[in-house]
Parts: sequence; C-alpha cells; structure tokens
Amino acid sequence: MNTVLARIQGSHNTLARSLGLVVFAGAVLFIASEALGAYNELQLANGAYYFAVLAGLTVLTGLSGQISLGHGALMAVGAYTVALLIGNEQWPLVPALLAAVALTTLVGIAVGAAATRLRGPYLAGATLAFAIGLPALADKYTGTFGGENGLVVNPPTPPSWLGANFPLERWEAWIAGLGALVVLFVMNNLVRSGVGRSFRAVRDDEIAASLCGLRVARVQTLAFVLSAACAGLGGGLLTVVLQLASPGAFQLELSLSLLTAIVLGGLGSLLGAVWGAAVLVLLPSWTNDIAHSFSLSTGVSANMPLAIYGLVLITAMLVWPSGIQGGVRAVVSRVGKRRGPRAKGAAP
Amino acid sequence: MTRFIDLTLNGISTGAVYAAVALALVLTWRATRIVNFAQGGMLMITTFIASSVISTSGSYWLGFAVALVCGLVLGAVVERALMRRVESGAPLNAVIVALGLLILLQALAGMIWGNTPRSFPPAFSIRGYDVGGTHVLFAPNDTFTVLVVIGVAAGLAALFRGTTIGLKMRAAAFQPEVARMLGVRVGRMFTLGWALAALVGSLAGLLVAPAVFVGPNQFDPILIFGFTAAVLGGLDSPVGAVVGGVALGLVLSYVSGYEGASLVTLAALVILIAVLMIRPGGLFSSTQERRV
Amino acid sequence: MILSSYKARAAGIAGVIVVAIGIAGCGSSSSSSAPGVSATSITFGSHQPLTGPAAPGYSEIAPASQAFFDYLNAQGGIYGRKIHLTYKDDAYNPAQTVNVVHELVLQDKVFGIFEGLGTPTHTKVVGFLNSSKVPDMSVASGCPCWDNGTSQPYTYGWQPNYTIEGKILGQYIKQHFAGKKIGVFYQDDDFGNGGLTGIKDEVPASQIVSAQAYQPGGTNVAPQISAIKAAGAQVLVDFTVPIYTALGQLASFTLGYTPQLVVSNVGIDPTTVGGLLKTFSKGKAGTALIEGAITDGYLPSTADLSNPWVALFKKIHDRYDASAPFDGNVEYGMADAYTLAQALQVAGKNLTRQGLINAVNTTGSKLLGPGLVPFRYSKSNHGGYGGTEIGQVRNGQIVLFGGPLVTDPTSSGPITPYTTAQPAPPASGVSVP
Repeated sequence: MNTVLARIQGSHNTLARSLGLVVFAGAVLFIASEALGAYNELQLANGAYYFAVLAGLTVLTGLSGQISLGHGALMAVGAYTVALLIGNEQWPLVPALLAAVALTTLVGIAVGAAATRLRGPYLAGATLAFAIGLPALADKYTGTFGGENGLVVNPPTPPSWLGANFPLERWEAWIAGLGALVVLFVMNNLVRSGVGRSFRAVRDDEIAASLCGLRVARVQTLAFVLSAACAGLGGGLLTVVLQLASPGAFQLELSLSLLTAIVLGGLGSLLGAVWGAAVLVLLPSWTNDIAHSFSLSTGVSANMPLAIYGLVLITAMLVWPSGIQGGVRAVVSRVGKRRGPRAKGAAP
Repeated sequence: MTRFIDLTLNGISTGAVYAAVALALVLTWRATRIVNFAQGGMLMITTFIASSVISTSGSYWLGFAVALVCGLVLGAVVERALMRRVESGAPLNAVIVALGLLILLQALAGMIWGNTPRSFPPAFSIRGYDVGGTHVLFAPNDTFTVLVVIGVAAGLAALFRGTTIGLKMRAAAFQPEVARMLGVRVGRMFTLGWALAALVGSLAGLLVAPAVFVGPNQFDPILIFGFTAAVLGGLDSPVGAVVGGVALGLVLSYVSGYEGASLVTLAALVILIAVLMIRPGGLFSSTQERRV
Repeated sequence: MILSSYKARAAGIAGVIVVAIGIAGCGSSSSSSAPGVSATSITFGSHQPLTGPAAPGYSEIAPASQAFFDYLNAQGGIYGRKIHLTYKDDAYNPAQTVNVVHELVLQDKVFGIFEGLGTPTHTKVVGFLNSSKVPDMSVASGCPCWDNGTSQPYTYGWQPNYTIEGKILGQYIKQHFAGKKIGVFYQDDDFGNGGLTGIKDEVPASQIVSAQAYQPGGTNVAPQISAIKAAGAQVLVDFTVPIYTALGQLASFTLGYTPQLVVSNVGIDPTTVGGLLKTFSKGKAGTALIEGAITDGYLPSTADLSNPWVALFKKIHDRYDASAPFDGNVEYGMADAYTLAQALQVAGKNLTRQGLINAVNTTGSKLLGPGLVPFRYSKSNHGGYGGTEIGQVRNGQIVLFGGPLVTDPTSSGPITPYTTAQPAPPASGVSVP
C-alpha cells in the first residue's frame, strides 16, 4: 500500500516536474522569440522542430538501444502529410499536424516491428535503405508528390489579434516551439515512467528483461513508434516553418545529421537533444562565417565549412565521448564535488 | 532476350564493384566491430591520388600500385590515430567519427582537386565484346573487375582460414581478451584489419572510377550500395559480401531496365528487408542471431 | 545517465539560454531605407550548390558573376556603386535554400537575390521573396515557372526555358531527321520533362520510340541506354547534365551504339564533357565521343574568341577568375552579371527595389548584349531569353549555324528567325538602350 502511494506520489512529482520544466522552457522560448530578429526567430523555429525529432530519436537510440539511419524519411512522411492536407485539402494546421503524427505512427509500427528482429549494423542497413528508398515514391507518384520539385505550401497566417505587423517568423517559431514543448512534456514524463525503465532494461540485457516478464519485441516496437511519431511531428513542423516538402530536403544526409546530433548532444538525454538541435541550427552558419573570415580561394572556402564540420565531429567524440551534455555534467559534478560529496559522476 | 542478357551482364559488373566495397566493410567489421562509413571517403582519396599519378607519369599501373599502397597506409593510420580511441567506447561514437572523417575527406578533396569530377582511365578496353555482330554490355575491363573481386574474396578466405595471421585476426576480433592472453597482439591485428580493408577499398575505387568519374561525391552511391550488399550478405562473411554485391547489382539492373531508374533505391529497400526478415543476420550469417 | 542530476540540468538550461542570447547578439546592425544599397555599394545575395553532388560545374557560376562585377567595379561600378555578390552554399537542399535566403534577406539585408540556382531549391523561396517585395533576378534554371509576372512580380528567369529549347531542337529534328526513330534520354525532373515536352510539341509521337529517364544521383545509366538502343533509335536526344551526357556516351561506346546525338545546351559544354571523357578517347580529343552532336546555344560559343563578348569574358576570366576553366558555366555567370548590371543602369541613380523591377518590366526586352536572342521580359512576362540557335560540335567546339530562332513556350507558338545583329560590348561599363 505504501509503495503504491509512493508510486502515485512519485508519478505526480514527475508530472509536476515536467510541467515546471515545460513552463520554464516555454518562458525561455517566448522571451527569446520576443528578443530576436526575424532571421533568428526562423532559426529558433528550426531548432524547435529539430528538437522534436531528436527527442524521439535519443530515446530510441539512447534508452532502447536501437539505431536508426532512417528518421529523415519518417520526417518526410510527416512533412508530405502536412503539405498535402494543408495545400490540397485546406485542413487547418492542428488537425494536419495530428494527422502527420498518426500516419508516421502507423509507418513506425510497420518499421518498428521489422526493426525488432534486427540488431546493430543490420538495423542500420535496413533503416538506411528506408532513408534512400522512401523518397523514390515522390518520383514515382509525381502527380501527388510533385516529383523532384516536391510541394510548396502557403505560410501560416498569424491570428489577427496579434496585430497586423506580427512577424511571420515569430509565429512560426511559436508554432514549432509549442510542438517542441509538447514533445518535451510527453518524453520527460515517459523516460521517468515504467515505460522508460522497460526501455532501459531491454537495452541493457534483453534476456534478463524477458525473464522479468517484459515482452522485448513489444517494448522495442513501442520505442520505435514513439520516435517515429516525434519525427512525424518534427517533419510536419518543418513544412510549416519552411513551407516545403521536397525529396531534396530529406536526403540521407538529414538522417545521418540527426544521428550525429543526438550523439554529439549527449545520447539518451533530452537536454542532449536540445544541444543537438542547437548544433544542427547554429553550426552551419558559424562554420560558414569562419570560412569567410579568411580570404581563401573559392574552391577552398566553399569546402571549408564541411571540413570544419567533419573536424568538429571527430574532435568532439574524442574529447567528449558522452557528448556535450556529458561534458557539461562532468564539469558540474567536478564543481559539485568541491562543494560537497553528493554529486554524481559523469555518465559513461 | 538480348536485353535480358545485357541487363544481366550489367548487373554482374556493377555488382562486382558493390561486392568489392562490401568486402572492405566486412574486413573492418570483422577486425573491430565497426562499420566504416569513412570507407567511401578513403577510397575516393586514393583514387584521386591514382588519377594524379597517372596523369603526371602516364602509367596506369604505377597509379594503380600507388593507390593500393596509399590505401594500406591510410587504413593503418586511420585505425591507429582515430579509431583506436573510440573502439572500446560506445559503438555509435565510432560511427560518428567515421562519418566525420567521411565529411572531412570529401571537403579536403574538394579543396585540393576541386569539386568538378575528372576522367579516370580503365585498365582495359570498355568496348563491349562482339557477340554475333552486336556489342554486349560487358567489356574486357568488366572481366578484369570481376576476376579481381573473385581473386580478392578467395585471397581473403585463404587468409582467414589457412594462415596463422588470419586466425590471429579472427581471434582478436571475436575474443580480444582471450586472444591477448594467448599472446596475440590484438592492437596490431586491428591495425592490420583496417589496412587490409582500406587496401581492398582502394581497389574498389580504382575498379569503379572509370564508370563514375573521380570527384568528392562521385563514390557516395557506391558506398551506400556496398553497405547494403554487405548487410545483405552478412557482415561477417566475405563470401556473403560477394554474393550480396552481385545479387544487389542484378536486381537493381533488372529494376532499372524494366521498371525505370526511379525505382532503383526502392528496390534496394525491398530486397534488403525481404532478406533480413527471413535471415536477420544476412544471407551468410554464420551464427544464429540471438533470439529472445 | 538520463537527466540524472538536477545541477547538470540547470547547467544545461543555463547553457541554452546563453546560446539563445548569443543568437540575439548576432542581430544585424542598422538598416537603411533601401536595404543593401549605399552611396558606394549594392549587395545582392545568392544561393548556390557549392558542395555536394550538384556542385560540379554549377559551383563555377557565382564566382564568374563576381569576377564580372569585379571588372565592372574596377571601372567605378554603376553610378559609383560597387556591386557585391554574397553567395551561400545550399548544397542543392531546399531546406537549406530557405534558410540561407532568409539569412541573406533578413540578416545580411541584401538588396535582392540574384542567380539563385535550381528549380527544386528556388521554387521554395519565390513566395517569401515576392511577399517581402525583394527583387529575385535571373533565377539560374530554365523552369517555365519563373515566367509569371502577375503572381510573382519580383521573380525573373534568365536562360531560355526548357520547353522553348526543346521546341527549337524538336523542330530541327523534325526537319532534318524526318522519319528516323528518336530515343530520348532525360533527367527525371522539370529540366528533363520540360525538354521532353518541347520535343513532343514538334516531333510526331510515332517517331519517338523510347524515352528513358535517369535519376540524378544514380550512376549506372547503362540499362537506360541499352533500352534506347534496343528500341532501334537512330537519333538519341539527351536532356542531361554534363556528367550524365558523358555517362550515357560511355554506355553507348560499350554497346557499340552510334546514333546521331542531340544534346540540349545544358549538357554539352565541350570543356566539361570532353574533360570527363578524356581518358577514353585513346589519343584523340576528349570530345571524340560527342563529335558531331547537334545542340543549341543562346550565348556565343566559348571557343569563338573572334566574338567580342567571348573575348571580353576571356579577358575578365584570366584577370579575376583564372582558377576556373573557361567553360560554359563561366560564360553563363558573366553574361548573367552583365544583364543585372544593365538593369541596374536603367533603374537609375536613385535605386529602389521597385525601381529595378520597373526597369526590367519596361526595358528588359531591349537589354541586348552577350545573348544571341532578346529577353521576353515585360510586366506580365518574366521569362528569360526567348530562343536559341542550333549548333553542332565540330572539332571539339560548338559551332552555331542557321541564325537565332525565337518562340514562346506554348505548344502552338510559332518558331521564327531573329535577325537583329548582336551589338558589340562597350569599351567600358555596360550599354543600355
């Protein structure tokens, strides 16, 4: 009885904590969106939809231990759904985004069920084939999906009560930011719940987990489906923010950069996903600025941002094997140790 | 009928190249349990070096030899300098380092040689054999490619099965702790595995370059299909790599010829999923995958 | 491992805030009343595939435009203003295109976008540029979709659209290869499909025995060429980019297949294709495999140094852009830059965004220069060059013949000769009507 009470109380605590976290993050986003210029608001919006995808992927890979090189294609499913529903069927935004989540959930069930049979590089290979194979449908069914060009949608209109001069980019940042907060709330609750624990149990030892009565395949499929739903929402938000759904935006490079971002940010951690989103948004323009701060020949300066990106990936993995969040945690725990004995060490 | 023969021959010659890349990936996987996504960048660099040597010296075979030596050295250096530090860590970290290296090498190639692809000479003629008055889609250079790939696969099988060094490499990969206790210098075996893999990779680059040209991104599809072939055949099996490569080459050639080029990547997805659902460890998986 | 320490979380959030403030700090400085223009300079922005699979060849275009502006700036620019081109890499990824174009317009405060490259990429920013009333000059793509002055008043094409080119090539095929079987090898996008549409407008359907598309990104095109050969095509029409022209010719060589080749302007540049085929020609010129191909050109051939425009561009290339080969891409970038400079000259000293648009709408069709045909610019019509001239690869160089032809992109629009002589380039600066 006591344990049950404690559990209920615990789950209330988690809920309250998540709510607090979401309110806090929402306040930060709101203040940031008010303080930023139009272009940075767009970057904020980019970061928000990336976070939605990365939060799901980091739970899949970090908690449940499954690798995916195909989440770019799942984003494409969400993006095309929203583009078709908003563009052709004149659906309002929220139902269109929900439909995107629903459809990617269905795709996630199919892919996830197949994925539970596969391990390590075989899962990587299958999801990679998914990432390169799925966009071919856009070329096959040109009439619906617009072929190589893809689809263009109209930007969302800020409601009139915000004023006539309300910047579009800020509205997009709010929409994407709200989506990201929903994901944050759901995922933060989930990783602390029994579901999160079962993910970790399966990741650490499948046999032990199954002896404890967990149905391994079902747990793994659930993790895949959750991350697929997040990717679908992220892809749908991408369409809202960038007003496009196009094969060129969902190439293999996207899937690889998503994986890179969760590892670089700190695998299995939602804050790591925040760092990962920041890296995806900020690194390209920073490397570009660095490349152009030297006077280099065109051939060299064009390739310089890529070279810096590659170098960053390699050095980061050598210096911070557990990602940026791991590095931050290590610094904090070092500081903490000096103050008192309670702080935990860095994650492995 | 002619068309079917042409597509079959085309499938075999393109499949042989996928097989070569798959062999390189199998070697690194067997040596260190790492899928080397940087392989596409490494073979691109060695092929660029071959191209430069050939255009300065005028000798194809000199460029060929230099590329192989460079591959051997590059593989060893990459393992020693980079992979050694992440081999023992989380498997994904090694994947990210490999991806970082791929991007870095592509950027460096763009800086040094430019982004415009260049021509690369074939070892032998690319004029198709004359069969009954028509040229089929298979040339002496394709024969060379197929023979080289078969030779490499056979050589690797002999190395792993029949030589002490091959046994040591396998021991180091499967049971590093036990191997170490038995006196195997595990680190050296890892380095050797990567060097051999990069050698095979550079060979794949030389074989395919005439048909795709040499440029920073020209080998991307070869890497993707090579990896697909390796997974298809089973990452532990050199024979699987060859079978997977040729099977993939054939399927993609038929699909491209009969159904259209737009379905090629989708076909790769379908065949891979179909095979993995029946054999989750690839066609030639030696050990039964752990089932729960 | 997961969010285990509150301190770590607090530190992480603090870090995120720092990043957010960092973004805020990067905001742009003062904005003048006409963005991107000062008494001494005009800044345009552009998105280009500088890296990735689309970079080959195309990455030469923007530097060539910049080289022409450098040449012009050395002579004092336009009304004392030096022209700058800030071009950013989008790697041919539409999502990146949207971001870099927003960065150029909102943060870098460019006056306009110039020469944005690609259809899948640029179609995703046309809406933003037009609703922001930002001039969107000379899109580097032949998509007919730029040609809509009513719904997209700020967007202009520059090169002839793919259908116009296809029609003129198609008419030549109809007249000179009557009754022969035609095979078409084309890129599976708006470029290839537009070209195919143009061919079908002119050539009877019964004559086209096979049309095979390839996917940009794949490298094995032998199945497509073998299908065209098997269909018995005596004329092979390529709507391909140079790499695929070369790949197609290699497959043809293996198959011993030697049809009459017809290649659209985009895919024939002899410097590029010849370079790709160099090692296969066994001592002959690299262009041996495309010798005799029929093609078309709306700019003079880069090999024709007797043409004063080519001579001028070669001089500028050697002075400002020598590291690039002097090929069709470089000529494209310079001729395009010349057109923009002309429009700026016409727009007058008090430059505004609307002023530039008005200048092109009223005077655009009279902006003669390196092009062999006139532009189709008017208030409602924003298409680029209205035609092209048939040519042939002879001794490794494109030789144009028969005089320029003009038409419109509709299937019924007649093809007529254009006879006005090409004006010579001015001794300095640009010349305007």
